[in-house]
Amino acid sequence: MSTKGKVTGIVSNLVTVAVDGPVAENELCYISVGSEKLLAEVIKVNGEKASVQVFESTRGLKNGNDVEFLGKMLEVTLGPGLLSGIYDGLQNNLQTMTGVFLKRGEYTDPLDRKALWAFTPLAKPGDRVVAADWLGEVKEGWLPHKIMVPFAFQGEYTVKSVAPAGEYTVDQTVAVLTGPDGEDVNVTMTQRWPVKVAVRAYREKPRPTRIMETGVRCIDTFNPIAEGGTGFIPGPFGCGKTVLQHAIAKQGDADVIVMAACGERANEVVEIFTEFPELVDPHTGRKLMERTTIICNTSNMPVAAREASVYTAMTICEYYRAMGLKCLLLADSTSRWAQALREMSNRMEELPGQDAFPVDLSAIISNFYARAGQVVLNNGQTGAVTFIGTVSPAGGNLKEPVTESTKKAARCFYALEQSRADQKRYPAVNPIDSYSKYLEYPEIKEYLDTTIQPGWTEKVLRAKNYVRRGREMADQINILGDDGVPMSYHEAFWKSELIDFAFLQQDAFDAIDALCPLERQKFMLDLILALCDRPFEFENFDECRVYFKDMINTLRQMNYTKFQSAEFKEYEQQLRKHLA
Amino acid sequence: MATKAFQRTYTQLQAITKATVTLNARDVSNDELATVGGKLAQVVKTKGDSVTLQVFSGTEGIPTNAEVSFHGAPPTLRVSDQLSGRFFNAYGQPIDGGPEIEGEEREVGGPSVNPYKRRQPSELIPTGIAGIDLNNTLVSGQKIPFFADPDQPYNKVMADVALRADVDKIILGGMGLTNDDYLFFRHEFESAGALDKIVSFVNTTEEPPVERLLIPDMALCAAEYFAVDKNEKVLVLLTDMTLYADALSIVSNRMDQIPSKDSMPGSLYSDLAKIYEKAVQLPDGGSITIIAVTTLNDGDITHAIPDNTGYITEGQLFLRADPDTGKVIVDPFRSLSRLKQLVQGKKTREDHSQIMNAGVRLYADAQNAKTKLENGFDLSDYDLRCLDYAKEYATRILSIDVNITIDQMLDTAWEIFAKYFSPAETGIKQALVDKYWKKA
Repeated sequence: MSTKGKVTGIVSNLVTVAVDGPVAENELCYISVGSEKLLAEVIKVNGEKASVQVFESTRGLKNGNDVEFLGKMLEVTLGPGLLSGIYDGLQNNLQTMTGVFLKRGEYTDPLDRKALWAFTPLAKPGDRVVAADWLGEVKEGWLPHKIMVPFAFQGEYTVKSVAPAGEYTVDQTVAVLTGPDGEDVNVTMTQRWPVKVAVRAYREKPRPTRIMETGVRCIDTFNPIAEGGTGFIPGPFGCGKTVLQHAIAKQGDADVIVMAACGERANEVVEIFTEFPELVDPHTGRKLMERTTIICNTSNMPVAAREASVYTAMTICEYYRAMGLKCLLLADSTSRWAQALREMSNRMEELPGQDAFPVDLSAIISNFYARAGQVVLNNGQTGAVTFIGTVSPAGGNLKEPVTESTKKAARCFYALEQSRADQKRYPAVNPIDSYSKYLEYPEIKEYLDTTIQPGWTEKVLRAKNYVRRGREMADQINILGDDGVPMSYHEAFWKSELIDFAFLQQDAFDAIDALCPLERQKFMLDLILALCDRPFEFENFDECRVYFKDMINTLRQMNYTKFQSAEFKEYEQQLRKHLA
Repeated sequence: MATKAFQRTYTQLQAITKATVTLNARDVSNDELATVGGKLAQVVKTKGDSVTLQVFSGTEGIPTNAEVSFHGAPPTLRVSDQLSGRFFNAYGQPIDGGPEIEGEEREVGGPSVNPYKRRQPSELIPTGIAGIDLNNTLVSGQKIPFFADPDQPYNKVMADVALRADVDKIILGGMGLTNDDYLFFRHEFESAGALDKIVSFVNTTEEPPVERLLIPDMALCAAEYFAVDKNEKVLVLLTDMTLYADALSIVSNRMDQIPSKDSMPGSLYSDLAKIYEKAVQLPDGGSITIIAVTTLNDGDITHAIPDNTGYITEGQLFLRADPDTGKVIVDPFRSLSRLKQLVQGKKTREDHSQIMNAGVRLYADAQNAKTKLENGFDLSDYDLRCLDYAKEYATRILSIDVNITIDQMLDTAWEIFAKYFSPAETGIKQALVDKYWKKA
């Protein structure tokens, strides 16, 4: 007999319910309003009063309305067919909804129950299996989608039978397992998992060992993110957060990409599902949409579901990671998620922390970032979830709780800067303040040494140093004037400008420049460092300016041409003359 | 807003604050309207039998034995073609002496459009103002505010933009308009002979501030009627959203909510997003474009209101006075239209985006030269040319009193470039220089 209750209080989407039986923290319930049923989640229990946050508008709700508790937490449905999907924060399929407007209380199935999937068995009767072990495989587009022992299964099971190769729907039994208690259980292609619980069905979580290529020079070369790593992009509005994130989504070297549009503009999501079906994944040659799932809870959709959306997205990534795939999760923006937490904490009249955010904000963010990572599966294969979140700091001030809490949790920091954006120096990632802790990892250093070239990290540090010195010199020149400083100051300044314009800046809207593979990044960095390393003799600073401006122009033209094309080589020859 | 026949009436208030009253009542639904001592109010909180109502026009003069009757429904607006050409107050009642509107009664502040049903905005909205059309092109379905200090002529610019834009309906949502500004809009619309395509919802400074909270919902409810039901292109003007946010903070303060930054409610982002996200390009051709005004305090865009707005809207148009020319200009650095690349070079001439970038880059060089000048350093020949360029560029392109077509803007820009610079100094693609450079 499930617990029932009655509504006793309403403030916006926080509803108090008097309950007649046991309820659990985070348990779901349905609140009836007329013929509609609104989904809600328990966030606090006090005596016989449970406080629930409603995932929908509470307009028209009355005290005394019936509440029915479901005895389970918020779950996602996992199975083949998630890719190319567009879901809201609660994993309702937005594509199958009717009507232009979202209808309150309309919940749609995330999976197509009628579609047939070509199943190939991987396990055989008698195999001893545990949660997340592979039983079979279906082709989801081009991806081998593993059908696994459900994550919730505890202990060791024995495979009794596996369905023969053939076409099945997601709900048909594809394997029968015998549990530790001797009971037989049927396994289908789908399973459910509570979103707020991390999936731990793997052998171990080692340190990351390789980088994830994004084709963005200021990330891959200057501050690379590891496969299974975490990073965040804070920046004021108008600095290119979204453009940078979309660039990573288009070019990131991952098998599966989940984009969580969390409290952001709906038109940005429209851009993704309009363009991604046309754009080609540079790594596989397939359409980008085939590897992309969108979790979309835009800023005007209910606040509580916004909080759920990032968890839904992470759980889907963890599911694909358990298949031995490389997943990339992009969340835009985690500040909106934190604000959703703040709104609820405020309505529950909790004592506020800094800027009225809940006091456990930092812990919640760390916990979430900790779900990313590379894992070794039970069968020895590896999978990874790389997570990059954006942060929208109030007033562009990085000394605010969400940025500070995220800084503690994430290993890469890409600081977008207003002044760079004002000068149209895109991507506006500040090269000095930004960092990647992974550059200090011996495993990553070794990886870079072997895959790019020996001594690569030292080269990167040298380039960073040129930029740093140039910035200092620029300050001096601004204070003392062009004539008031020695020639060497001008040289140092222009070297940093050279690296900035020719390497750090990148045109995200140019077909060629947008994607710069590591091989090309290495080539360009070598060339640029050679140009900076040689000694100069200038008569005056004007000569120095003209000389460097000319080189910058040539290098930029080079960035717009196809790598190693005749045109590219011609520009290269022009530059090599400087080195002779 | 007709009152229903079977009303529940109460006469015992438990508590009164400046904006809210609390009483014991049963069977009350969230968000429903009520009349408290003759004033309109809305349910914002229930706790057991205790109900808190937000009284829109303030609680002055409401006694504890005031009569409270519940309407059983949230705020509504009657929609039909009769809305055209009319002026209404925050409750959707006519204020122009005309008859009541007949039509379907709709709840305001309704649900959002399913993101999947949206289409990508792709239609250009020309305004004649080069600082907008050339550098920050507007697209139908976009939402964009003017950021301006209170002394800037933002209402004039907005009226100009509205009357020049090629749209089927213009809906004005005026919040805290001074009576003079209200009459200004009325006069502008009348003298342009465009009154029949304009619907206005107005709350003036003479009316209570909390009433303003209804204005955007009313305006957007009317907008959705024309855009969704009639497939029309609708432009919604909201001025001034800063005063709207101030009204939000009054209510949240009276309800003892913990304020976040700048004493604004913690839900400010969601509250503003709910309004701005109504901007949409619909699959059947209708669209809602929102142009708003957010007044700033001395150009400070880090204040919670402009800051949250900037994260929601698709760019901003920053107005400021240019001391060098004495003109009000659309600041090319702080202004941005996020959707401009959807139309630039696609719906306009091929040289559009290159001209825009070159123009702004050279204007930035002029700013550097100006800094040098102010710091007492010598200026190079290039610096001097930049300064002259900046003056002409500000006068003929950035100034808000410009009214020309986009092709004329591009031609003007080429002309100014040729006057002060060599093709190489502009950094424009060679192919375009060959085609368009104005030879002396």
